[in-house]
Amino acid sequence: MRVVLAEDLALLREGLVSLLESHGFEIAAAVDNGPALLKALLDHRPDVAVVDVRLPPSFTDEGLQAALAARREVPGLPVLVLSQYVEQLYARELLADGTGGIGYLLKDRVFDTAQFVDAVRRVAAGGTAMDPEVISRLVARGARDHPVGRLTPREKEVLELMAQGRSNAAIAQALVVTERAVAKHTANIFAKLDLAVSDDDNRRVLAVLAYLNA
Amino acid sequence: MNGEVVAETWLQQRVRAPWRGFRLALLSIPAVVLSCALLTSMSLIGLGIGIVLVPVVAVAVRGLLDLYRDLITRWTGTEIERPYLPDPPEPENVWQRFARLMADPATWRDLLWLFADPVVVLLTAALPFYLMLYGVWGWVLAAGVGGIIGDHGGNDYYTFVHVGAGYGENTALRATTAVVGVLFLIGGFLSGPAMLRTYGGWGRTLLGPTERSRLALRVRHLTETRSDAVDASAAELRRIERDLHDGAQARLVAMGMSLGAIEHLLDRDPERARALLAQTRESSAKALHELRDLVRGIHPPVLADRGVGDAVRALALDHPLDVEVAVDLPGRPDAPVESAAYFAVSEILTNAAKHAGAARVWVDMRYTGGMLRISVTDDGHGGASLENGTGLRGIERRIATFDGVLALNSPPGGPTIVTLELPCALSSPKI
Repeated sequence: MRVVLAEDLALLREGLVSLLESHGFEIAAAVDNGPALLKALLDHRPDVAVVDVRLPPSFTDEGLQAALAARREVPGLPVLVLSQYVEQLYARELLADGTGGIGYLLKDRVFDTAQFVDAVRRVAAGGTAMDPEVISRLVARGARDHPVGRLTPREKEVLELMAQGRSNAAIAQALVVTERAVAKHTANIFAKLDLAVSDDDNRRVLAVLAYLNA
Repeated sequence: MNGEVVAETWLQQRVRAPWRGFRLALLSIPAVVLSCALLTSMSLIGLGIGIVLVPVVAVAVRGLLDLYRDLITRWTGTEIERPYLPDPPEPENVWQRFARLMADPATWRDLLWLFADPVVVLLTAALPFYLMLYGVWGWVLAAGVGGIIGDHGGNDYYTFVHVGAGYGENTALRATTAVVGVLFLIGGFLSGPAMLRTYGGWGRTLLGPTERSRLALRVRHLTETRSDAVDASAAELRRIERDLHDGAQARLVAMGMSLGAIEHLLDRDPERARALLAQTRESSAKALHELRDLVRGIHPPVLADRGVGDAVRALALDHPLDVEVAVDLPGRPDAPVESAAYFAVSEILTNAAKHAGAARVWVDMRYTGGMLRISVTDDGHGGASLENGTGLRGIERRIATFDGVLALNSPPGGPTIVTLELPCALSSPKI
């Protein structure tokens, strides 16, 4: 699987390269600034891009802008954005085109190698990987006079994991319950939120995120 | 002072001007009364009573002259600021109050105005009204009153026209009177706005601040806002220091100790070492989390990346209330102004959620006339004031560093509207 990597701190960039290579990814390009990232994305058309939000030369949201620009050229180009901060505003912009293949994670999630690599694979496959912090804030905010408030605590947990982009199997593992129990919870959630049930993980995530964002 | 100058047509201006001039002249009546009162109370200073009376009258004079300033600003287009030195922040005793008012040069200029204006207003603003009145009188004479006066032995002049015996039968005289009357009417009608402007100039000379008092006011304002700004940034630094000391720094120390322990345990008790490692990783995540919150409080990333418009949008997304944001900014203000505006909006939104019992909030940001204008409206129960400790006073102080002003409109029952105005230049947007 070919990866384009953008990170301006050399130490972190090398760390990510060795981490991804040790998990069988092939690094097509590792760049350290916004313009080079856009060029690399369009030249290499990687299977997935791992991008730091803040990049030179402007040290603002250069990485995010390059990723969005590349996705306008190549719709659905899988991009996993890493950041010191997660902002709902940026999450919305990434999800706006509704084609999936989007990840948005805090940089510290890299510490948990297994989960991080899983997130990269999920995004490469066209899925979604949203940082739990984005989701928990969305859910917390939606709690006021919003149907989310009618969910049981357990259902909220399932909703959060689902919105992060996890499959039923992964949710079951995380909550230490059976997959059937998870399926029952998701069915309840969709009924309470009045959403169309979908077995496709990705479509399901987008529906939930769109709902929470509304 | 905040009278809005609504654009009037040529005709409206001329129709209204004489009447306005007359109303300004009517203000001479209270002016004369107050000037007598002021003189009387000053003459009683020797007896001691004046020390109590002069401040009372002087404040009443200021009230009347504020009315003058407001009317002149509205009617003549000449903006007049208040020239008075600001009240001291601490309550003062009778003597201090007296001394302060007597030492303020504006008090003496007020007195001069009270004496001179009743004459000046007649020669300027009120003149068109009297010209027109005289024109009408000419018509009244020509229409027959002149004849009656003549028949009863009256002997009078309407300008150069002799109104005496035989006036009633002399058509030429009566026609001349009517024509002269029309000339007076036209003169009064046409000269109105110009006379009001002249009066405005006179008003500014005496009622407005002199260059010296303007500078004195400015210096005082700058001194206050500078010390506020220094205090605020010192407090902010202390807060950051404390947060770092109690938060990230303490966690790093704990992590260092755990790592030492792990090094020790690695061979003897790998199981416990593993548990400690997990704990240490958790500590590092927590330290990062705290640093993140700290940085967000100092300078939010979206503000740095995108400017105040998107930063407020991001704020709205995270806010528990339903916040609608409308932004119309062609560029970005300077970073310090952006930051002040952002934290002001953030605090107002917090207020709306905490105190106002609001469900919806509207934020509107636009740039007009060299000003960043932000209004925040909520549908809460209103009744907010600058005094009841909702932090609005603090916001006002912080934006005052940039010569910004805050206006609060919060009638009981709502809605609450907080408006901020920050003078600033915009940089052209980045491409």
